[in-house]
Amino acid sequence: MFNRPDEEIIHIELEEITKLTDAIFTKYGYDFGNYAVSSFKRRILMVLKKYGLKSVDKLIQKILFDATFFEQFVLDITVNTTEMFRDPTFYKALKQQVIPFLATKPEFNIWHAACSTGEEVISLAILLDQEGILNKAKIYATDINSVVLQKAASAAFPLRNLDFYHENYAKTEFPGQLSDYYTIENGFMQFDKRLIQNVKFKHHDLARDVHFYKFDLILCRNVMIYFNQELQNRVFELLHNSLFMNGILCLGAKESLIWCKIADKFETVNSHEKIFRKIKS
Amino acid sequence: MNFEEQLKNKKFEAVVIGGSAGSFTIISQLLAELPQPFALPIFMCLHRLKDKREGFKEALEIKSNIKITEPDDKTIIEHNVAYLAPANYHMLIENKKIISLATTELVQFSRPSIDVLFESAADVYGDKLLAILLSGANRDGADGMRMIKYKKGFTIIQDLSTCSMITMPEAAYKSTQIDLQLKPNEISDFLKTLNFFTFNEVF
Repeated sequence: MFNRPDEEIIHIELEEITKLTDAIFTKYGYDFGNYAVSSFKRRILMVLKKYGLKSVDKLIQKILFDATFFEQFVLDITVNTTEMFRDPTFYKALKQQVIPFLATKPEFNIWHAACSTGEEVISLAILLDQEGILNKAKIYATDINSVVLQKAASAAFPLRNLDFYHENYAKTEFPGQLSDYYTIENGFMQFDKRLIQNVKFKHHDLARDVHFYKFDLILCRNVMIYFNQELQNRVFELLHNSLFMNGILCLGAKESLIWCKIADKFETVNSHEKIFRKIKS
Repeated sequence: MNFEEQLKNKKFEAVVIGGSAGSFTIISQLLAELPQPFALPIFMCLHRLKDKREGFKEALEIKSNIKITEPDDKTIIEHNVAYLAPANYHMLIENKKIISLATTELVQFSRPSIDVLFESAADVYGDKLLAILLSGANRDGADGMRMIKYKKGFTIIQDLSTCSMITMPEAAYKSTQIDLQLKPNEISDFLKTLNFFTFNEVF
């Protein structure tokens, strides 16, 4: 029987995380202090492994003395997994329960909060286009990370996900094929730029920045799961302030409003797909 | 089998269970034979199809003796409840009070991944964690078991001769110290004894 030696195990204490987030906040103003510890720790371990760093102290030194490395660190640490039409049933619900509400308006505003590489931005734009209301939409797509915003603005996604996105699309039961909206160029699915002509890509840090506009629809899906409850409460307040009365907030399939302070200011539109409507200011 | 010797002087606060191919009937049997009420929370990560949000929990629930829930993010942890990692999310133990979810990259080709659950649970519960790894066809769970042992938790794998796929428990066996190798009915007995000891400690 072969046991691998324990020395290989890198282990991080809570105090080290605090030391790291304090150092980052002081030097760069980014506030990771209220990220959910369990997943944040995993990200830090991943970063240590990636750069062959033996301890959090070594990481702190590198971050403090190398601003370029810090940029890369933010890219590594923030979660950028996203898919086109993630949860096809959610898009069905949007079509049935939210689109009719938007369609009544002469124009409307949408915010993709923490849009990452933009797969969801394109997914929703396709739906709006099919419903003939894309030209009435003013869309903001924001993220903490400038590198992913650049990618999002290119509207091009790697081909490795092609089959998977096609499957998701088929499950939405929307008309036609996903391939109606892209061409294959240089190893990417290049989506029609017309889909993002009304989209403004903008840097915004939910943990730090204030509200900047009012919206009829906000999508903030699987973002706040990386925050602790204190920060979740703050961000919910920010999202609430950013919505017009009767505006719609969409969360991820396993996110909840129940325990946050502003829960009573929303009513549930679809409990399974986590779609809520602002009913109180 | 009598487990009183192994369980004497141990105070467990949580149970984690991981399984993949070939583990569904065993998990189902374990849940059906659990003493009610069960003194601890149980966290389960079973490999599952990412786009099938419905049906899995319901199938397990049919026979289960305790409540099964697929938690939302930041769900409060209670004893006598089995938490099942939801489709297409990693499930992590944030602290002794709450569960966190994550949509981060696949680990060992899996989301939910057993390693992710086990490593976070090891961090939070340390030597008060019982881990059970069942039949499966890949090596997810081996790193998690190793971290649990590193933190002085208690490790059980399904007896290899009873596994329809041995890759998973065998990978754990090769990675770290395994305290017990048990057949499915022995795991049930172990959980019964553990429950008795825990309640008699608590009350």
